[in-house]
Formats: sequence, structure tokens, C-alpha cells
Amino acid sequence: MTQASTLGVVMLCHAALDRAAQLARHWAMHGCPVVIHVDARTPHAQFEGLRSALKDLPDIRFTPRLPCEWGTFGLVQATLDAATRMLADFTQVSHVLLASGSCLPIKPVRALQAHLSAEPGIDFIESVTTADVGWTIGGLNEERFTLRFPFSWKRQRRFFDGYVALQRKLGFRRSLPKGLVPHLGSQWWCLTRRTLEGILNLPDRGRIDRYFKRVWIPDESYFQSLVRQVSTSIESRSLTLSKFDYQGRPYIFYDDHLHLLRQADAFIARKAWHQADVLYQTFLTRDGDRAHATEPSPGKINRLFAKAVERRVKGRPGLYMQSRFPVRARGAALAAAPYGVFSGFAPLFTDFQPWLGRALDARVHGHLFAFDRVQFAGGETVYKGGLSDSPTLRDYNPRSFLANLIWNTRGETQCFQFGPEDEQDIAPTIASDPNASIFLISGAFAVPLWQSGRSAQEVRAEAARLQKVESDFIYMLKGVETKARIRIWSLAEFIENPAEPLEQLVDLLNPRAAHRVTELPQLLDLRGFGSFLQDLRNQGMAPVLMGDFPSDVELAQPNPPFARPRIVR
Amino acid sequence: MTNRTTQIGTGDVLCFLCVRNESDRLPHFLRHHRALGVRHFLIVDNGSTDGTPDLLRGQPDVSLWQTQASYKASRFGMDWLTWLMMRHGHGHWCLTLDADELLIYPYWQARPLPALTGWLDRQGRDSFGALTVDMYPEGPVSQGVVGPDRDPITHLAWFDAGNYLVQVQPRMRNLWIQGGVRARAFFGQTPRRAPTLNKTPLVRWNWRYAYVNSTHALLPPRLNQVYATDGGELTSGVLLHTKFLPGITERSAEEKTRGQHFGNAAQYAAYYDRLTDDPVLHTIASTRYTGWRQMEALGLMSRGGWV
Repeated sequence: MTQASTLGVVMLCHAALDRAAQLARHWAMHGCPVVIHVDARTPHAQFEGLRSALKDLPDIRFTPRLPCEWGTFGLVQATLDAATRMLADFTQVSHVLLASGSCLPIKPVRALQAHLSAEPGIDFIESVTTADVGWTIGGLNEERFTLRFPFSWKRQRRFFDGYVALQRKLGFRRSLPKGLVPHLGSQWWCLTRRTLEGILNLPDRGRIDRYFKRVWIPDESYFQSLVRQVSTSIESRSLTLSKFDYQGRPYIFYDDHLHLLRQADAFIARKAWHQADVLYQTFLTRDGDRAHATEPSPGKINRLFAKAVERRVKGRPGLYMQSRFPVRARGAALAAAPYGVFSGFAPLFTDFQPWLGRALDARVHGHLFAFDRVQFAGGETVYKGGLSDSPTLRDYNPRSFLANLIWNTRGETQCFQFGPEDEQDIAPTIASDPNASIFLISGAFAVPLWQSGRSAQEVRAEAARLQKVESDFIYMLKGVETKARIRIWSLAEFIENPAEPLEQLVDLLNPRAAHRVTELPQLLDLRGFGSFLQDLRNQGMAPVLMGDFPSDVELAQPNPPFARPRIVR
Repeated sequence: MTNRTTQIGTGDVLCFLCVRNESDRLPHFLRHHRALGVRHFLIVDNGSTDGTPDLLRGQPDVSLWQTQASYKASRFGMDWLTWLMMRHGHGHWCLTLDADELLIYPYWQARPLPALTGWLDRQGRDSFGALTVDMYPEGPVSQGVVGPDRDPITHLAWFDAGNYLVQVQPRMRNLWIQGGVRARAFFGQTPRRAPTLNKTPLVRWNWRYAYVNSTHALLPPRLNQVYATDGGELTSGVLLHTKFLPGITERSAEEKTRGQHFGNAAQYAAYYDRLTDDPVLHTIASTRYTGWRQMEALGLMSRGGWV
């Protein structure tokens, strides 16, 4: 048991002192002397409570209480006092661990001691040069050392920020104490007696301390920098697991983290919630009574916390809900997944929708924005997630309707028909959505009119209206706000070689499915449509969106006309 | 009046609610929120005739005030609650609910409310948003029996997962969310009148604060900013709404006669008639409730960086 007596614990406490008492007792019961510092701002009665709770333990000391405001030198001074006391009072101590009143040992103390004994000269302290840190908050890395910080970041934020800005403007720079190379790192370390004595006995420590009193968050830099002057064997990692949110505040561990903490490769976890009874009960059992540790899997822990930060900062694209409503963000008009919008295709083929579903391996709806009814795939009246086919409900908030549809069907590409005969309010949303792919055959709206058998005179006004709506839509699509992928063909262009546009859209929407498409949908026989257009012209309308549509005589040329086109591979 | 507010200790989470004939719901309601860590319930009873006051007086952690005044005239109880909150809520995290609402939030079984409010405190947030999700049974709404001590969600196991309509109301900066099964089944032709589903039920209270419209919006407006606008997500919860328990059909008939609903009561006549007809709300597009992780995955609530 010679090694068992070598670890001493310095504990900095400020709240939940009942837990601190439990922790100190745990360390002491396992042969680790403990020196406790309690923040001067903690009520005296609580401090007395802690003292009396621990008075039966001989190897516990208290150091004079100093105020320890976050980000100030008070924490460093308290640590220095306690470490000095530790080394003086407990000569057997070979390593000193710095912990807080909520740092929970998650491995047996024996295991930690064995780890330290295995390589007795190593100092475990995260110590990274300012150029290499990526985690600091507020954009202050090197400037922590070169500016002055007389104002409190928490209480006097405006003065703090203003004074930083002023110093930057004036080009103010403090000079660093000789030989000091700024390093940053986790404030929780475990140093050897030799190293700690080296730091405490540095010849110009008075000057160094005066310097660090004006450094911002010195508890993350004082020991981390000075250790470089006295130690030759630094392992730059903390034995204490601590995770930070995107604002740099430490995450707290709760009872449901028990399994996770068992997989940690660290020895101590910061910080455990003071009401996490299961954690304290489980990890503060005596070494001998412990269950076997799980195989460490620190990657899992890192991923979990990284994902949580991402959820807070980036959220789930395409989700609009009570705690996410992106209005300021770029990509605010982003649906959850890519989707296809088809205009003018369905009227040209006898079997466009089923073909598209097969070719893209996608869900193909009819006209979702039809005036009379939402045409969900399969004619459903209530669709995934409870979307209603009521056009009134849809038109009340068309953006939510579309966002919901795409969100509800994540994992399955959605396509729908959209044309000038539909409710147009959704058009700007689709156009500005980078996840939308819009395929449009201009002028195809006239085909159903021609097929209706009504005369050009009867449908003239309707044709003119649809043409106006469609050209407005095309105009919008060509505008600068458009983020959607756009392909537009005139009807004349399209029927000249339908296979190529169809292949293009399959390639765009589902590149992997493209190789399975060998058959194309059956094109309608458009002989007679040319004459219909001529009739419209004769009625005084100018059908322009169709392009230069061939006359019936010209259409008779290819032989056989309008066969089911095949892709030759 | 049964005033036990001297029991309230520093930092206790308090729950405020206004009830009328809720003796069927209250036992589970109290048990659920007690388990979440509510330390004291401050309840106004508005003329119950079903033994609700007796039931509440028997609870050690309930303070009860009784009134016979019109619910509508006192802005649906909010005036009474505002006064109680001003008097007792200052400095506490206060949960303001209806008796047919059960609050859930990420990790709620493992982390009681003080864990959540501690997280909100550290994030610098004074308010917490929750979406009301209407829960319904598989069959006609009047069918089935749910004893007062049973978890109503075992019967009301279904909900609409993805038909919520979100917009911002610029004046108070609050979101306005409608949708769910009530919009789908009852307000298909009059969606504007569909019930508001967003609430801000949990607030670190200050005597200067006030709820403006039920718990949908409050003053000052910054408290309504329970959502991130930069693409990220804040932590939020769900209020499981147990409105559609078997008694709903008779209750609707009564509510219609009382005309105490928010806004123009006549507008709601058709809605109450539809309910009295005992509809089946379940469809093939309904989702069966399995827990908060499901609600979170569906995007109805968010852990928002809390892990």
C-alpha cells in the first residue's frame, strides 16, 4: 500500500457542500488527504456544516476562504494556498489532484493511484499553446495574456467588452514575464509533487502572480503555462472528463448518464448534478464493492456531446416548431430533404406519375396545390403526420403544409405536380428553396384544354389566363431570389426529344436510380395540337410559351410517331 | 380556502392551475407533476360540483382558493392566477397548466424539473416553451373507461405527428402554432379559428410579469422568445393534452351551453356539436405515443443542446 498514500486532493467548493462532504469523505476513506477551499461568498453556516460533517477525518484540512469569482485570479490563489498546505502537511503525497466540489471520481481510487504509479514522473495537465486551441469562447485566446481585464465578464459585460475593444483599437499589449509561453487548458489537473513545488518556488513568482491577476480566466492558463517551465514530462490531457456547451459552460451529468460515465476513459467527471443520487451512490461506493468497469469508449461520449452542441447551434434543417423558427438564418427557406416539382409533364404522357415513381423510387403526388383538393399520392384524404386534404387548411399556411410534408416523409423523396392551374401562393417558397428541383415544360398547360374537345373560342380566355400565370412563375424562377434547381423546356423543345430531359431529371433527383431506367413513359399523340394552337392564334390569343410547335404535317414525319421511346445503352 | 403556502421553500418549483370539475383528471395530474418535482400546487377552483375541492383539500401540497364567479369574466382564470403568481411566484420557477395537460420534456423521467430549470438558468433563459399535443383514443371519443388513478395516456395513445402550422406574431414576438387533430378534424373549413397550441408554461417568475392570453403569450415580450431564429434549437417540451377522455361528449354539450370559451363562443358552437356527435379521430396517419424520444425525433419538442 505504499502507492496508495501518494495522491492528495485539493477541492475547490462553493455550493452543494453536502455533496462536497461526501466526496471528501470518499477520497479520505481511500487514503487520499484532502485540502478544501470554500468560496468566501458561500454562507458561513454552510461552511461550518461541511467542517462538522468531516471532523472525524484526520487527513482533511481547510484553507482560508477567498472570494472566487469566475474568470478571476481568486481561484488560482485558492489553489496555490491549498496546494502549499497539502505539500507541507502531507509529506507522503506524491501527486496532487485538483478537483471541484462536484467532481465525481468515476473509477476506483485504486485504479487512479495505479495509473499514477505506473509512470510516476508524469504530470497530467492539458496544456496547449494559444495558437492551437479551438475551444475558447469570446474569441479571446492570445489576447487573454496581452490585454488587461479589470472588469467582470459576468457582472460588467459592457465594460468588459468595451475595454477589450478599446485596447485593441489603441494597440495596447502587455509584456509577458520573461520565459513565459502562454498555454491554455482544462483547469482540472493532476501534478507531481516535484512539479508543483517547482511552480510554487519559481524565483519570480511574485511578478508572475501579479501578471496573472490581470489575465482573463487565469485558472485555465496559470498552471498550464508555468508547468512548461518546470516539468519535462507532461501528458497534455486531463484525467477529468468535462464537456462544454456552445457558450463554454460545463455540461452537468445526471443519473441517466451513468452508463455513459462507465464508458469514460477519464478517472473523474466534472460536474455531477447535486441531486444525481444514483451517480453519487454508484461511484462513491468503496473500491472493493464496485461492479466491473465497462470497456472505455470515449469516442461515444465525444460524439454525443458534439451532436448536442450541433443540435443547439444548427438544429434540424427543414423543421419548423416551437423552439426552432429560422427567420434570420441563411437557408431559412430550406425543406428537410430534396424534392421534385413537375410542371407540364403529366398531361403529355399517359402514365407519367407511375413511371416517375418507379424511375426515382419516390413518392409521386398529384397536384398538391390544386384548388379543389390536395391530391396526395394514392388519393389519400389524410396523409403522413395527419396532413389533411382540405385545401382551406393547406392555403391557411401553405409554407407549413409543404415543410410538414417534406419533414414527415424524411427518407423518401417526394415529387408533386404543379402548374398554372394550381393555387400559386406557395411558388415563392418553392423557388427560394435550395432543396427544390423544378422541372417545367412551358406551354404544356394548353394540352388538356385541347383534349377537352372544346373549341379554341371557348377556351381562349382560360388559355390566356394560364399562360399569364405560368409566365409569371417562369419570371420568378429566373429571378435572383431563386435557389431551387431549375430546368425549363418549351413544349416544342421537349417533344422533339423527350428522352433527354427525362433522363436529366432522373439523374438530378436520384442519380443512383438512373441506371435502372430503360423504359420511358408513353407520350401522347399530339397530332392536331398544332392546329389547336393556330385556332387560338386566330381567336386573337398569342400562345408563346409552347415554343415553335411543329405543324401536324411536320409531326407526321418521324416514323413511327410517338412510340414509347427507349434509351439505348 | 386552504392556504398552505407557508410550506413553500426557496427555490421550489410551483404549479398554478385553475380547475372546474376535474376530479377524474386531478389524481393523475398531481401524481405526474409531483414526480416531476413540483413542490407546491396553487389551485383556483371555479364552482366545481364533482367533489374537486374535497379531493384537493386532502392533498398535503395543495393550496386551494374557491370562487363561483364567471370563468370568462376573469379571462379564463388568468386574472386569479396572475394575482396568486404575483403574491407567491416571485423568484420561483412557475408552471402554469390546465388540469388536462401533462408536461413532458427531454429526459423527464430521469431528470426532475430542478434539473431542467438549472439548465435553463445556466443558459440564461427565463422561460420554456411547450407544444400542446392533443391525444386521442383509437375508437369513438366517448368510448372506454379511464379510472382517475390511471395514466390517461394509456387510453389516449394516439396523436397527429406532423400537421402543425407555425407563424410568428410580430406584436408579442410569440409563435402562433395551430394544427394537430383539432385543426384536422374540426377546423378544416375555418383554420384561423383552430386552437392555439404553443404555450410558455414554465417561467422563472417575477411579480412584474403577466400572462396575456392563457399561457400562449406573456409580458414582457422577450419571455415569448422560446425559439431560436438562427436555425438552432432551444430546449422545449410537450403538453400531452388529455381533453379527449370519455367524458368529452357530455362536457362539450355543457361547455356549449355555458358559453365560457375564449373569444366568440358562438364560433365554437359547431365545434362542440361535432364533438357531441362522438367522432373517431384516429386515422391511418395517426401515430401511437411511445415516449419523449419519439416526440423529440418527430420534431414536436427539442433537447436543444441539453444532453
